[in-house]
Amino acid sequence: MRTWRLVAALVVVNAALLIVGDALAPAPARPAPGAAPPRARIGLVFDVGGKDDRSFNDVAWRGLVRARDQLGVAITTIEPSDGADREAALRQLAAQDLDLVIGVGFIFSADLERLAREFPTVAFAGIDYAPTGPDQPPPNLAGLRFREHEGSFIVGAIAGLSTRTRTVGFVGGMKIPLIRKFEAGYVAGVKHVCPACKVFSAYAGTEPKAFADPALGQELALAQYEGGADIVFHAAGKTGAGVIAAARAKGKRVIGVDSDQFHEAPCCVLTSMVKQVDVAVFDAVADVVAGRFHGGIRELGLADDGVGFVANADNAHLLSADVVARARALAADVIAGRIEVPSQ
Amino acid sequence: MSGFVASLITLGFLAQVLRIAIPYVLAALGGTLSERAGVIDLALEAKLLMGAFAAAVLGYETGSIAIGIAGAAAAGVAVAAIQAFWSVRLGADQVVTGIALNLGAFGFTRYLLGVRYGQGANSPRFDGVGTGVLTNPISWIAAALVALVVVGLGQTRLGLRVRAVGERPDAVAAAGVSVARVRWLAVLIGGALAGVGGAQLSLPVDGFVAEASGGRGYVALAAVIMSGWRPGRAALWCLAFGLADAVQYRMQTHGVGLPAELTRLLPYVLALVLLAAWPRRVAPPRALGQPD
Repeated sequence: MRTWRLVAALVVVNAALLIVGDALAPAPARPAPGAAPPRARIGLVFDVGGKDDRSFNDVAWRGLVRARDQLGVAITTIEPSDGADREAALRQLAAQDLDLVIGVGFIFSADLERLAREFPTVAFAGIDYAPTGPDQPPPNLAGLRFREHEGSFIVGAIAGLSTRTRTVGFVGGMKIPLIRKFEAGYVAGVKHVCPACKVFSAYAGTEPKAFADPALGQELALAQYEGGADIVFHAAGKTGAGVIAAARAKGKRVIGVDSDQFHEAPCCVLTSMVKQVDVAVFDAVADVVAGRFHGGIRELGLADDGVGFVANADNAHLLSADVVARARALAADVIAGRIEVPSQ
Repeated sequence: MSGFVASLITLGFLAQVLRIAIPYVLAALGGTLSERAGVIDLALEAKLLMGAFAAAVLGYETGSIAIGIAGAAAAGVAVAAIQAFWSVRLGADQVVTGIALNLGAFGFTRYLLGVRYGQGANSPRFDGVGTGVLTNPISWIAAALVALVVVGLGQTRLGLRVRAVGERPDAVAAAGVSVARVRWLAVLIGGALAGVGGAQLSLPVDGFVAEASGGRGYVALAAVIMSGWRPGRAALWCLAFGLADAVQYRMQTHGVGLPAELTRLLPYVLALVLLAAWPRRVAPPRALGQPD
């Protein structure tokens, strides 16, 4: 009797889920009748923070959409929750015999290496890929890395030139070498233009969820603003949404990351350290379409426009022309090798 | 170092402690009610998460903070209703039920975000309650609820019944009162409290992010147990957690002392020390975890 009731209750719950989902779902987009078959099938798995994080994942998504529209490829995406789900998501795409499977985020590095060996006919690309061992990555895996410390150096210099309290801050997500690159470059940039300036620094945690806790990010940023910082740079994924919310609430300035985050807080986003993940994604797809995909690690820095800062009509009221000119000169120095930016 | 110490004696620091503590306090009050009635409340994480989700989505869709908070309470009640149905009505294992609800809530919020907004991790941004403590209605609700639960559980007839069904359900039943009805009521009210606590995780940051509860429900349950199932003390433990978090954020900011991973452990170490210093046995409600 009891078992019967449990089963009945589960059936009711499942039916309710289906009905709710159907009622809420927007009508699915149908391909236009008579459309040409896709030139390639591309799969992409998002990082912690997910689609529409208005930061890291969003840039990747924009690159993929551009590839769909301009190159005529078919796209499939998965937003995994965590842990083993990520590997399963990649595997699911690889097993469909897609032409290219992209993992967005360093967290996929080990999974990509394993799956690339398991599915040698599928091309894989890893954004922020970090080799997990001494071995060469398999030939069908392209690792796309960025010299984040270079871009962070420039926004650090912008912060150092723009601060009125001679105190600025940094909020990182998960404490890993990748995020340390942002911090190291930023601190070096601040000190380069303002040796006496103070830089506060804090991390949200040591697990992937440190990229998805905006309430925590807000408190870290508030501690820095209340401690005298008037500009905070975040490299914290969705945790950074809390940093920006803190800036909005306090009317203080903040520096965005990965995407141009100006529209998250037009009052307060001084600039953003943009990472051209979209270009990397688009290029990887274009290589596959043109039949010239090759594995190996590529690293994009200031010189390749892989990283940079935002200075346009939107943020002109926050960012003075002098500061922009100075930042451009420093970028030229970094590209020419006259300034060595630390990455640790 | 001096910057660190100075940063601790500011109103901003006090406000930060309160902001961090609110979700813990409300979840712990809810957990205390359920557990005093004899229902193990491992589903606090699910209630916080669903509350955070409902507050952000309803706040965004209606533009009303009040509706967001009411929705958070309703979402907490909904989780609690499933919990009560399974553990009170069907007599299922309460620990398993709680864990299942926590896992289910992680998936369910992603599912609803996916069908409504076409993405599984983020709700659209809207104007929430900001960072002020005094201007945030949830602070006042939390303060009122602490007093209400302390008095209600200790001094009222309903409170006596809740405590009685957690200790001697047979005696309550013999007195002609429905044990199940009292438990349902305690679990549902507890769910509403924890749901409102969840609102504090999304309204101040202007949106919901998948898994935003970040394990806070389990911390709140630890506070319930360390308090000896007494609501006032549970709230104090939650303030201690808020204090430890805020101190840790400022230690990091000013670059002093222990690694952040260690400072986060301070309240637990404190709890162990206190339990060792007063090895007085704190008994859980006698009927905790037993279906009638």
